[in-house]
Amino acid sequence: MENSVKIVTEKLNLYYGNFQALKEVNLEVCSGKVTALIGPSGCGKSTFLRSLNRLNDLIDSVRVEGEVRIDGENIYDKSCDVVRLRKKVGMVFQKANPFPKSIYENVAYGPRIHGVRDKKVLDRIVEKSLREAALWEEVKDNLSRSALRLSGGQQQRLCIARVLAVEPEVVLMDEPTSALDPIATQKIEDLIRALKQKFTIVIVTHNMQQAARVSDITAFFLNGEIVEVGNTGLLFTQPVDQRTEDYITGKFG
Amino acid sequence: MLKRKTYRKWNSRIAEAICTVFSFIAVLALVIIVYYVFQRGFQVISWSFFTSLPAPVGQTGGGIGNAIVGSLVMVSLGTLCSVPIGMAAAIYLYENPYSRLALVTRFANKVLTGIPTLIIGLYIYILIVLRIGSYSALAGSISLAVVMLPIITLSAEEMLRLVPESWRDASLALGATRRQTIMRVVLPASAGGLTVGVMLAVATAAGQTAPVLLTALSSRFWLASLGQPSASLPVLIYTYAVSPFTDWQNQAWGAALSLIIFIFILNISAQVFIALRQRR
Ligand SMILES: Nc1ncnc2c1ncn2[C@@H]1O[C@H](COP(=O)(O)OP(=O)(O)OP(=O)(O)O)[C@@H](O)[C@H]1O
Ligand SMILES: [Mg+2]
Repeated sequence: MENSVKIVTEKLNLYYGNFQALKEVNLEVCSGKVTALIGPSGCGKSTFLRSLNRLNDLIDSVRVEGEVRIDGENIYDKSCDVVRLRKKVGMVFQKANPFPKSIYENVAYGPRIHGVRDKKVLDRIVEKSLREAALWEEVKDNLSRSALRLSGGQQQRLCIARVLAVEPEVVLMDEPTSALDPIATQKIEDLIRALKQKFTIVIVTHNMQQAARVSDITAFFLNGEIVEVGNTGLLFTQPVDQRTEDYITGKFG
Repeated sequence: MLKRKTYRKWNSRIAEAICTVFSFIAVLALVIIVYYVFQRGFQVISWSFFTSLPAPVGQTGGGIGNAIVGSLVMVSLGTLCSVPIGMAAAIYLYENPYSRLALVTRFANKVLTGIPTLIIGLYIYILIVLRIGSYSALAGSISLAVVMLPIITLSAEEMLRLVPESWRDASLALGATRRQTIMRVVLPASAGGLTVGVMLAVATAAGQTAPVLLTALSSRFWLASLGQPSASLPVLIYTYAVSPFTDWQNQAWGAALSLIIFIFILNISAQVFIALRQRR
């Protein structure tokens, strides 16, 4: 996959009522790379992520200005089809949130709502997605078991499989490993590295080592603004902005 | 230090003891009532008691078959009317919690639960019975539906709210519409709670006396059409219990026991239904 620009945000402002959570955010996200968003709590990382699939639409008080273009199309245009957008831009949440259904039904949920009926096709999608999420071997004999009985790490990989099943192009991940132990975390990180061949990945993380391990590009957010964006290696070793340096060296957090 | 610790320990022990005593009293009251109804009612009930008509006035024997049928028919019809409306209203309230219509609906339903059911019966009496000119099972069903509606609506909204927001987010983020999310995630996830709410409403309806008396009156014959007055268990219990005949008084106990058993079976089957669903 060539590294073309997949997502561009231009002068993105987002308000919760009177509170401005994002200020003039300009960012380019390239396909085939992992982009990490770091920054202290409350700086707007999740808000930014949720503005890329318009999940913020669910909150009544939210108002958005500026543009988010994905493949050149402004997703805040009136003509944008939100269902298609969210099919194309999948999301993995901080806390694994499998539905209270079987493992199979969790993965098949997305394809089903997008109109896949054929049982054979569904079977194939489920297997393929679970394989991609590196979960197949662990669950292939128990597909009808409740997803809620899986371990936390397995649940999170199931959620990733559920997203992959609708064949997205972009996968947004909001602190996907913050509730997991180191081994489960490592599995997810391996997965992210494997998936970046096929998908454009944007990941929010509080863990600087994790950003360094999995991402190619890192953006540092502070109070709703992007302070610095750059090559992950460079940003961590030679930050340009004093505030970035303060943050990554742990002077504030 | 030590003193403080013992004080706290004793404090919590006393609180615990008080709670235990009160819950014991609550359970005891239930046990005593059920025991007493069993004791008085059990000797009355038999297969023919459930299946035959009341004996002509003045004769002993006979059963409560028509009252059971009447209650079943009216409660079922009331449920059939109130469940779809109540669920639809609850879904609306869930989706638009702060719209003006939602605030009005919620308020109206709360008021409705507080109104004595006698008043509801009176209202249906004026609205339907007087218009049509006769008591009927249909009017009885409608009055029961009105009694059930707020119970179902309010409990269902609460149950829908218990469904974690994260499931809704996950569904919407996969590209599901709000409707698909409700139908395929929220409703299935809250099915257990919704069923409990409906059961509560059904149990309440099954025990209603005043609204049924005012709308379906009573009858000593089998229910032949919805346009006719109908017998029902609560009205029969009331009539028989206050009558001067010992035989009727005994039958009132039998009917009361039947009502309790009916509600008991309903609850058990709901629990089993929920348990079976969750097993999967
Ligand atoms: N629904 C909301 N209504 C009002 N304000 C909100 C809402 N959600 C978030 N905010 C505010 O917007 C700001 C950014 O929140 P956001 O959740 O995006 O931060 P974050 O960077 O993801 O933080 P964390 O690292 O703790 O997850 C915070 O100040 C928060 O209080
Ligand atoms: Mg966040």
